[in-house]
Amino acid sequence: MSTGTDTPITPSGSAASPPAPSQATSARRAADWARRAPLMPALVFLIICTQLPFVATIVISFMNWNSLRPRDRGFAGVDNYVEVFTNASLRSSVWNTIVLTVTVVVVSLVLGLLIALLLDRRFAGRGAVRTMMIAPFLVVPIAAALLWKHALFNPSYGLFNGVLTWIWQLFGSDSPPQPEWLTAAPKIAIEAALIWQWTPFMMLILLAGLQSKPADAEEAARMDGANAWQVFRYLTFPHLRQYLELGALLGSIYIVQNFDAVFTITSGSLGTANLPYTIYQTFFQAGNYGLASAMGVVVVIATIIIATFALRVVSSMFKEENAR
Amino acid sequence: MSTTTPVGTAPRPGAVVPTSRRERRARQMNRGNPLWGLLAWVVGLLFVAPVLWMVLTSLHSETDAATNPPSIAAALTLDGYRSFFDAGPWPPLINSLSASVVSTALVLVLAVPAAYALSIKPVRKWTDVMFFFLSTKFMPVVAAVLPLYLFARYTGLLDNITYLTLLYTSMNLPIAVWMMRSFLAEVPVEMLEAAAIDGAGLIRTLRSVVAPVALPGIAATALICFIFSWNELLLARTLTAVVAGTSPVFLTGFVTSQGLFLAQLCAAATVISLPVLVAGFAAQDKLVQGLSLGAVK
Repeated sequence: MSTGTDTPITPSGSAASPPAPSQATSARRAADWARRAPLMPALVFLIICTQLPFVATIVISFMNWNSLRPRDRGFAGVDNYVEVFTNASLRSSVWNTIVLTVTVVVVSLVLGLLIALLLDRRFAGRGAVRTMMIAPFLVVPIAAALLWKHALFNPSYGLFNGVLTWIWQLFGSDSPPQPEWLTAAPKIAIEAALIWQWTPFMMLILLAGLQSKPADAEEAARMDGANAWQVFRYLTFPHLRQYLELGALLGSIYIVQNFDAVFTITSGSLGTANLPYTIYQTFFQAGNYGLASAMGVVVVIATIIIATFALRVVSSMFKEENAR
Repeated sequence: MSTTTPVGTAPRPGAVVPTSRRERRARQMNRGNPLWGLLAWVVGLLFVAPVLWMVLTSLHSETDAATNPPSIAAALTLDGYRSFFDAGPWPPLINSLSASVVSTALVLVLAVPAAYALSIKPVRKWTDVMFFFLSTKFMPVVAAVLPLYLFARYTGLLDNITYLTLLYTSMNLPIAVWMMRSFLAEVPVEMLEAAAIDGAGLIRTLRSVVAPVALPGIAATALICFIFSWNELLLARTLTAVVAGTSPVFLTGFVTSQGLFLAQLCAAATVISLPVLVAGFAAQDKLVQGLSLGAVK
């Protein structure tokens, strides 16, 4: 945020700088509005569709409003917020959201980085492997969740236990282990399905980063006798840093909000409910509009904290562009 | 570890011989140990295996789909697809298609002029406007879904595909503005100046200077918006029912049946994922640009 925000005119604007200072201010104002005009429809549309509902959410969050008891509607003060922070099951869904997001983002980033490093090498069929790697990300999320739940995790006919049976039969055993994946490790099951979908995303961004890396410095370093680890540590990794940050930022935005996987794979049971699922539940099953809205406001405040970090990442990208 | 990107192989003037020798060496290092290539293949196959398993299961009979150990070589049949298409998937498929296509078109109509006002002829404090657009993506959909639901209930817009289309437009608009701005920012300033000196009007400048640079970017933006709308579940599930339900909603209701359903389910998942798979494979490079909001070229 340190640069850019205070400079009204960017390099690309120099072609069409505002009228000469000698002209009247009204003419300048008209020119300003002419610049703003193309922006207005998008801005107004977005404010109506996103800011107004959020204002309504804030208002409802201070109300006592349960659709099952419509007569009791009234002002509740901060009661809903007190409940958000004292109710144990709500606190656990906050914790679940954090654990789910951090686990999926970190594991996908690490796997994505390793696979991107592999795909950055030359080998026969590199294009084919890249295409195969992208496939998980292109499966519709709800279809992917159903696929993992029924076709892979199912204890009696899922692929995982099927493969275990196979391997054990190969060694002549009739009693292969047949774990109940979903009940034994419900959180890991959800995380695994999401990591499968998000690793390709991270890999794509990091591979693009690797391929934009200037080759000269690395050649020079190798000439000077640097080994592979030193090249990675001092050249590749610093270059990849902003790509890693971008991947983490975008991944977090989407995984914090994840609803499809939790809703499908465990329906929030077995202690896996995250905040989006709990809000959905509070609003649809329990009809507690006031409490659901208060939770929504808390989620937004939490994401603003992530956003503050995120904006720093993004503004460093602007800085580079302005320096162009 | 070493790379030989197209950039790296570009001939540098004045150093022809050493460069080519160095490059030959680099290429040799690159080929390196064939085990790395093998490992890449193994990892790629592991990641694609669930997708292949989904397609294979969709082509098996229900009894063959539910065996342990899996019957990989079982006879192929289209029964799964037949039962899926007998379940009446056309209304939701058409709803999804129209919501995705129309909202993508609306997004472009709104985002392209906005991006123009943020890059080519930027307004004052354009970075603040950009951050505002991005900040709306930080708001989880679930925090806005209740007022959207109440509004629809009181105005009779529940189960209405037009309402859903408008919401998808607002969901994708910030992403599209970010992407389009990064593409329009690539229009060379010198060419805009030259066009202005030659007395080219706005329309002519747009057509012959801006459009050639922006069109691939518009295609990438459209692809991403289409995929996000096609995949969306939470809003669709909350705001639609029988009439305006989309494919993801249809898919969630597909598992309720008793008995064996795995082949049908895999057929449904395959059909519904097909448009995204085809579009994504066809435009792999655009996918990267789009997913990174235009930050990665």
